[in-house]
Amino acid sequence: MSEPLAEVEALVKRFPLTRGVVFRRRLGEVAAVDGVTLAVHAGESLGIVGETGSGKSTLARILLNLLEPTSGAVRWRGEDVTHARGARLHALRRARQMVFQDPAGSLNPRKTVGAAVADPFAIHGLLPERAARARRVGELLEQVGLDAALANRYPHELSGGMRQRVGIARAIALGPELLVADEPVSALDVSIQAQILTLLRDLRRDLGLTLVLIAHDLAVVRHMCDRVAVMREGRLVEVAPVEELYAAPRADYTRELLAAVPRIPGPAPAAPSPPPPAGGGVAQSSPSST
Amino acid sequence: MSAALRVEDLRVAFDTRAGLVQAVDGVSFAVAPGRTLGIVGESGSGKTVAATTAMGLLRGPRVRVSGRVELDGEELLGASPDRLRALRGDAIAMVFQDPLSALHPLLRVGDQIAETLRAHAGARGLSRAAARARAVELLDQVAIPDARRRVDAYPHELSGGMRQRALIAMAIANEPRVLIADEPTTALDVTVQRQILALLRRLRDELGMAMVLITHDLGVVAETADEVAVMYAGRIVEQALAAELFAAPRHPYTWGLLRSMPRLDAPVGSALVPIPGRPPSLIHPPSGCRFHPRCAYVRERHRSVDPSLEPVIGAPEHRVACLLPETERRALWAALSAESVR
Repeated sequence: MSEPLAEVEALVKRFPLTRGVVFRRRLGEVAAVDGVTLAVHAGESLGIVGETGSGKSTLARILLNLLEPTSGAVRWRGEDVTHARGARLHALRRARQMVFQDPAGSLNPRKTVGAAVADPFAIHGLLPERAARARRVGELLEQVGLDAALANRYPHELSGGMRQRVGIARAIALGPELLVADEPVSALDVSIQAQILTLLRDLRRDLGLTLVLIAHDLAVVRHMCDRVAVMREGRLVEVAPVEELYAAPRADYTRELLAAVPRIPGPAPAAPSPPPPAGGGVAQSSPSST
Repeated sequence: MSAALRVEDLRVAFDTRAGLVQAVDGVSFAVAPGRTLGIVGESGSGKTVAATTAMGLLRGPRVRVSGRVELDGEELLGASPDRLRALRGDAIAMVFQDPLSALHPLLRVGDQIAETLRAHAGARGLSRAAARARAVELLDQVAIPDARRRVDAYPHELSGGMRQRALIAMAIANEPRVLIADEPTTALDVTVQRQILALLRRLRDELGMAMVLITHDLGVVAETADEVAVMYAGRIVEQALAAELFAAPRHPYTWGLLRSMPRLDAPVGSALVPIPGRPPSLIHPPSGCRFHPRCAYVRERHRSVDPSLEPVIGAPEHRVACLLPETERRALWAALSAESVR
């Protein structure tokens, strides 16, 4: 296989366990990530699943240098970037972006949608000319299925699904190679979830993005990913291609997780890929859709 | 069998600065003892408002309520606040989504359960010791290990799953006739969710409770409910026995929900078919069929005619609010479900 795009090796992240507010005592440590080695290959879609406290979100944050590991290494295209700082980190941010669970919490309520999407350009000193920047922001909004006129609105005027689209527009603004999405649909309604998942799948195909999807929902990961890593209590339990993991899980824990997913009876009315154009497939990314 | 909970033509509107929000618009259902009705819908569909109104929790100058809610034949909407207080936590109880905010953070779990018991003990009262003993029993009944010790725990000392169990223990403390569970497992991990759903089913059977399970998750409904009501924009748009609903859904919105959910038995690589657009405003709901702006099968007539919930021909227990002819609905669903490669 080709050299991994991103990689973590023997990664450990411990957080101090404290008690008390005024007289803070350190009781010990808890290992959120406990010796994880994992590679992400260019062009793939890797799912990381696990329950609360499995360390999946911590792992994602370390992978993007948003959090420093206690020990172990983070590599980007073979280069050790574990302790990257300054200009190097700045450049890495362009190549690696994150989509968060709560689009309301990750958008500044006092900034218009347009300003939020233009932020990455300002931070990186790109497109200094106002008209060009506004044009690019409009393009990005349309690319995620929003009306370009929404640039003048504030986050609170948007529905949850629209806000998540804004979060995605912001994340793809600088043309990243790697997108890490942490529970991007778990706060959304069922019908909106499908719209956002479909958008992420389309963008991945159109932009050639590598995707790391952090999720607790095994059906979502199965739908979105080529390969799946199962985490439990900070460790990798199993990593396998999606067909293999779901058809023949090797770890007891994976089997337990799969068995716990409530099943919907009746035929699966899923359209073959790609969906037929008739009757509102792919939400058509119509400008006014959520 | 007569229903433990009967809701008839319930309407709930909120008077807001932006206008009158018709959150629930003519909803009727009944649940018999030992049975579970699943109410499925997205946010804003009115499912939670319908349930909290039934509990008498929604009252006030800005809330307009009409219709009937009967608990074992007793009308609740017109009941006095005292009467409601006596019934809540006794004959009718509720379990909420977020156990951390439903439990008092500074009181021991056992004391909170004991309070529920003593509040409804009647004139004879219940001694502290007896209430505590019963609290331990209840924690045991909801399968909290080491109940004798956990009875003295504070909510923050328990895991999410344990907290939800404690909350369920409190809800069933007085063996209610009706239990309303509003997204009881949404905040929990799947393995814990499975245990909580099994617990609710077991308690329903042991106590013969009528249960209303409110959820957005069709999978949760399929595993727990005997009957399902699908809500959209304040109304029930389809209602049927669970097996029938999943085998032969009749409403395009239900089809949309089923087609938008990724599922473990779909072929790998198959696409989802999202429902376009988003739920409508309840201040200015769409004319005609409320689903028409998002419906792939909309006809001109559907923009002006408002469908009522009517029995499906040949399946009188199955009701649907859709203007398409039954033969056409049957053919459409057959075509949609045949698309899947099983």
